[in-house]
Amino acid sequence: MKKIIYLDNNATTRIDKRVLQSMLPYLEEYYANPSGIYYFAQEVKKEIEKAREKVAKFLNATPFEIIFTSGGTESDNFAIKGIAFANREKGKHIITSSIEHHAVLNTLKYLEKQGFEITFLPVDKYGIVDIDALKESIRKDTILISIMYANNEIGTIEPIKEIGEIARNNNVYFHTDAVQAAGKIKIDVKELNVDLLSISGHKFYGPKGIGALFIRKGVKIEPVLHGGHHERNQRAGTENVAGIIGLGRACEIAEEDLKNTEIKNKKKKLKDKLEKGILEKIPEVIVNGHPEKRIDNTLNICIKYIEGESILIQLDFEGICASSGSACTSGSLEPSHVLLALGLPHEIAHGSLRFSLSKYTEEEEIDKVLEVLPGAVQKLRNLSPFWKEKKI
Amino acid sequence: MLQYSDKVMEQFRSMKNAGRIENADGIGKVGNPVCGDVMWIYIKVDENEVITDCKFETFGCVAAIATSSLATELVKGKKIDEAMTITNKRIVDLLGGLPKEKFHCSVLAEEGIKKAIEDYKQKKSKK
Repeated sequence: MKKIIYLDNNATTRIDKRVLQSMLPYLEEYYANPSGIYYFAQEVKKEIEKAREKVAKFLNATPFEIIFTSGGTESDNFAIKGIAFANREKGKHIITSSIEHHAVLNTLKYLEKQGFEITFLPVDKYGIVDIDALKESIRKDTILISIMYANNEIGTIEPIKEIGEIARNNNVYFHTDAVQAAGKIKIDVKELNVDLLSISGHKFYGPKGIGALFIRKGVKIEPVLHGGHHERNQRAGTENVAGIIGLGRACEIAEEDLKNTEIKNKKKKLKDKLEKGILEKIPEVIVNGHPEKRIDNTLNICIKYIEGESILIQLDFEGICASSGSACTSGSLEPSHVLLALGLPHEIAHGSLRFSLSKYTEEEEIDKVLEVLPGAVQKLRNLSPFWKEKKI
Repeated sequence: MLQYSDKVMEQFRSMKNAGRIENADGIGKVGNPVCGDVMWIYIKVDENEVITDCKFETFGCVAAIATSSLATELVKGKKIDEAMTITNKRIVDLLGGLPKEKFHCSVLAEEGIKKAIEDYKQKKSKK
């Protein structure tokens, strides 16, 4: 296989070797079902509870407030449907933003069909949620606000603390999808005033298939998965033991890494180098997302006059992995809903390209992208009818 | 990301006939940038009504570029009447299939060729 330059770390990350090592015994010798009452099972159960403590510490929560799930999508489904079904006597109105991940957006669209009313808040050109619109949209029958911490496509960080205060003052539950924030910025559920918060292991060097939902003590919620008495009757299903252990270790490492300025500075420096280099070498490129309030590994750009999928495949020929919000890559006829919500016209949004770095990204990989991308773009622009006309 | 056949990737890599023909005898402009696919097909036709050259400029995805590339290859050297019989199905077949969501690209390529030939005929009748 050709050397891979992996710059799609908002999609998933390479597992940290220490995480993998922590998991292996639970795939091999410690295979007991933790629900068993014998010593062999109880040993495993103990380790699960240790992992829960680690996740809780990572979020500044208590272990009691952490429920393990199969990942970000399940956490979001659990939070939203769980609150909606448990509180429908109080009301049927839910507020969200127009740039949420599909795990939130499509869950809410499903609830809309079930008779709930959903308000999709607009965002500004940087992707920041309109706070005034949020305040105005709160009604007597509003039961939940769900707004993401950091956007997966453009990296913009939302004012979660402020939204949390508004929610609390209005006695409305507040959920945040923190899947892209976890491991990239510090998360403190107490400081943020959130009631529910989703994370996913594989977005921060943990394994796939495991995530968690923080549910503040006292929150009225219904389970979504019914079955056995696992996770305090909140989430049925035999525990993904190795995944849970891995998530716990990933949280521990992420906590250390967030304090490690060397790792932080390196990632930021490389992202800045990539951004600056692209803007210097390629004309007519737009950078998406907030200039400062942005997770520091994400660079989303629109390259005018060409289409995203074509650029991705040109990069793929050189072993470079990135992603795009063009229609062809979204699996629908529409380009990314996030880019459209920023006010970008369709024809510009089709030319979007996202690079997302990791703690493993090396300078020579960024250099390689800066060497390959201008040529790939020029090749496609040369055959674009709009390039010579400079209009689209 | 969609799965493409080897032939699609081959056409996308080679991009045969990419570019513009200055003083083309016929131009077919199809598609819409809002939808993400635009093809401009250029033809050069000789006195025997044979398409001696055919080029394309395309804004679009891998499938849009591959279908443009193949379509121009198909009609080059053909008489215009024969070129008019080109179908999107033939383009898809020759590419070893296209993902369903991308069928419209082959339709655009067919339309582009036909529009270029009609443009040629119209220009000729005005002469």
